[in-house]
Amino acid sequence: MIVELGHYALVLGLALSLAQMVVPMIGLRTNDARMLAVAPSLTVATFLVIAVSFAALTWAYVTSDFSVRNVWANSFSDKPMIFKITGVWGNHEGSMLLWILTLALFGALVAFFGGNLPSRLKAAVLSVQGSVTVAFALFILLTSNPFERLSPPPLEGRDLNPILQDIGLAIHPPLLYLGYVGFSICFSFAVAALIEGRIDAAWARWVRPWTLVSWVFLTAGISMGSYWAYYELGWGGWWFWDPVENASFMPWLIGTALLHSALVMEKREAMKVWTILLAILAFSFSLLGTFLVRSGVLTSVHSFATDPERGLFILMILVFFIGGSLILFALRAGTLRNGGMFHPVSREGALVLNNLFLTTATATVLVGTLYPLLVEAVSGEKISVGAPYFNYTFIPLMIPLLMAVPFGPLLAWKRGNLAAAAERLWLTAAISLVAALAIAWLVYDAPILSAFAYALAFWLIIGSFADVWQKAGFAKNGWSKGWARLKGLPRANWGTALAHAGLGITTLGIVGVTTLEDETVLRMTPGDTTSFAGYDVAFNSLTPGKGPNFTYDKGIFTISRDGRVIGTVEPEKRVYVASRMPTTEAGIQTVGLFSQYYLALGDAVEGSEDIVVRIWWKPWVTLIWYGTVVMVAAGLISLSDRRLRIGAPVAARRRREAALAAAKPEPAE
Amino acid sequence: MRALLPALIVALGLATAPAHAVNPDEILDDPALEERARDISAGLRCMVCQNQSIDDSDAELARDLRVLVRDRLVAGDTNDEVVAYVVDRYGEFVLLRPTLSARNALLWGTPIIILLLGGTAAFMFGRRQSQSRVGEALSAEEQARVAKILDEGERRDG
Repeated sequence: MIVELGHYALVLGLALSLAQMVVPMIGLRTNDARMLAVAPSLTVATFLVIAVSFAALTWAYVTSDFSVRNVWANSFSDKPMIFKITGVWGNHEGSMLLWILTLALFGALVAFFGGNLPSRLKAAVLSVQGSVTVAFALFILLTSNPFERLSPPPLEGRDLNPILQDIGLAIHPPLLYLGYVGFSICFSFAVAALIEGRIDAAWARWVRPWTLVSWVFLTAGISMGSYWAYYELGWGGWWFWDPVENASFMPWLIGTALLHSALVMEKREAMKVWTILLAILAFSFSLLGTFLVRSGVLTSVHSFATDPERGLFILMILVFFIGGSLILFALRAGTLRNGGMFHPVSREGALVLNNLFLTTATATVLVGTLYPLLVEAVSGEKISVGAPYFNYTFIPLMIPLLMAVPFGPLLAWKRGNLAAAAERLWLTAAISLVAALAIAWLVYDAPILSAFAYALAFWLIIGSFADVWQKAGFAKNGWSKGWARLKGLPRANWGTALAHAGLGITTLGIVGVTTLEDETVLRMTPGDTTSFAGYDVAFNSLTPGKGPNFTYDKGIFTISRDGRVIGTVEPEKRVYVASRMPTTEAGIQTVGLFSQYYLALGDAVEGSEDIVVRIWWKPWVTLIWYGTVVMVAAGLISLSDRRLRIGAPVAARRRREAALAAAKPEPAE
Repeated sequence: MRALLPALIVALGLATAPAHAVNPDEILDDPALEERARDISAGLRCMVCQNQSIDDSDAELARDLRVLVRDRLVAGDTNDEVVAYVVDRYGEFVLLRPTLSARNALLWGTPIIILLLGGTAAFMFGRRQSQSRVGEALSAEEQARVAKILDEGERRDG
């Protein structure tokens, strides 16, 4: 009964989102204020019924109702409760339901927080958002109904793909979806602006927090996914340039570009047309990502769904929204007038450079991801585009961009002084070089090129604070006054500094683990000891056992250095009962704060007691994820800035106008 | 749907096979040679896997290829000869880094083309913008205001 209720609620959600799309649009045409005013209530209602639908499916999972095909195919009665719940979105149908729930949630948030939006703009935004909801509700109901029943109901389910039975899965997809789908708001704002033919700094001020929210979630989601793959897939890789990873990375790159160009638009009313285009592209890449993952067109680690019918349907959605918005863009972009002028050497100029490189990087990842499909479609030949291609193209694009990062915030708007910025950064450059050379010297066999990479990472981390350091002006104002100024800085300034520094920390982790990583593989029997990368490893025991829905062989290893025990790790090899699928659980010991000792069990060696053991030494590897944590925190700090808070812009503008009226020079931002 | 299920299971099985690479018995005695073998392996695709190199995959075929690469190295082949040998047998599909050929021109050219086009576009746009303002001097009123602001700024800083 509850399952049917869920199904019914989803159909109702389709009907309501249809109304949400159509009614305000008619209101815009006929200038009917009542039809415009109904948009927020319809949006909230759509969200509520879809939430009911999602709750119903969750209930079916929690109670292991195997008469529901989706539950039967992806759950198991002995599965731990947490994985029953996360299993709701660990499959195609459920994950699409989560997708549409997120979509409706963002619409409802705009309806809820949009009190000070012009009513026409708000109605247009919600209408566009509604149209996306309609498309995906249709998709779910027509091709991927999660509420389909089975008769007779089976006694036991087939269990969730074992690699997905992990806490990582509980967090990874929802974060990713919040990021992906968050860009739908930017998209709706962009299309609404094109429909209305009006766009100004207030528009950018509205769009920027939403971009930031999406970016924060996407950053966290990608990072989470990366760490999950690192410890779950059992060979210690943290990024594979897998098509599905690329699918989430492209919206991130474009979203980052959008974040920066929206800044120019908000502050200087420049780059309007470009910002609109980026807003459309960011969501287009999210849709493309959904298509690539959901259609199974690129079969890869993540593609747990393969069905051409669905692929075709999403492709139609893709063509409609991307094509439609780009046509609208081509028709209307000419009517948008650009505002502020700027010199090439200026904050704006630096942000244009940022956009140029990020867009090129996105295009590179896009071409690399789709090229095999293209070649196969055209000539029937099969080629592979793997990690080496991306390393050869993406990294060279990132180096100049990362080098330029510390300069950006030091350049003034309109016309900056590059020489002065360089002068402020010379100390940063000196420290970075010394630190890099020290590392290269300590690690005697490090290639000289890697010293440059270290210098780049330090340059980023230290240089990111040059701007706030300069604003504090310790040299000029003394410590106490400088400190007070530092505390008085707008949070957005801190956000910028921290986000850039976080990028530097991630870079340092990548450089560290890439240049210093070591690995070995050997045969061991319980009782054996070995030493590797300066640590001693004792293989204590290998014991079989039984988990809730799997059996395992667990090895226990003690890691020590100079007789002092660092820790014990327990890598496992598992076989899941329902699927007969083997998986590995790596044993990871963090040494110090940033480095990890990573052990995984291989196959038993036939005709002996031995088992293959693989050991990796991963220096500084955790910095990769700590860096992203800093970036996420930076995003949140920036979001809490008064200027970005909803409703604050008006007050801020009034204050600024008052300040202008008093003919005082505006403090540099 | 029913017909698809076995395919799906196979796909999942492949996708989730524990990705364990080189086994101890495969390792060559000569560390320099082994190092070269690892380098080559990282660039060759395990053809029954999704986006894994033979160095990362423990599929049967990946193992065979790893052994093949090592056999060729022991026989005295250069790295390029080993790769050419494998490509001859399995086609370009095994290369994780596609060749620089006419067919792949767009693939390798995209970063450079976009960077140049985008850079040119930004430059042209900037020039047009600044040209449109050439000769536009500040009005007397604006100049007075600028002077006043600069003056006050100096007084405040000083």
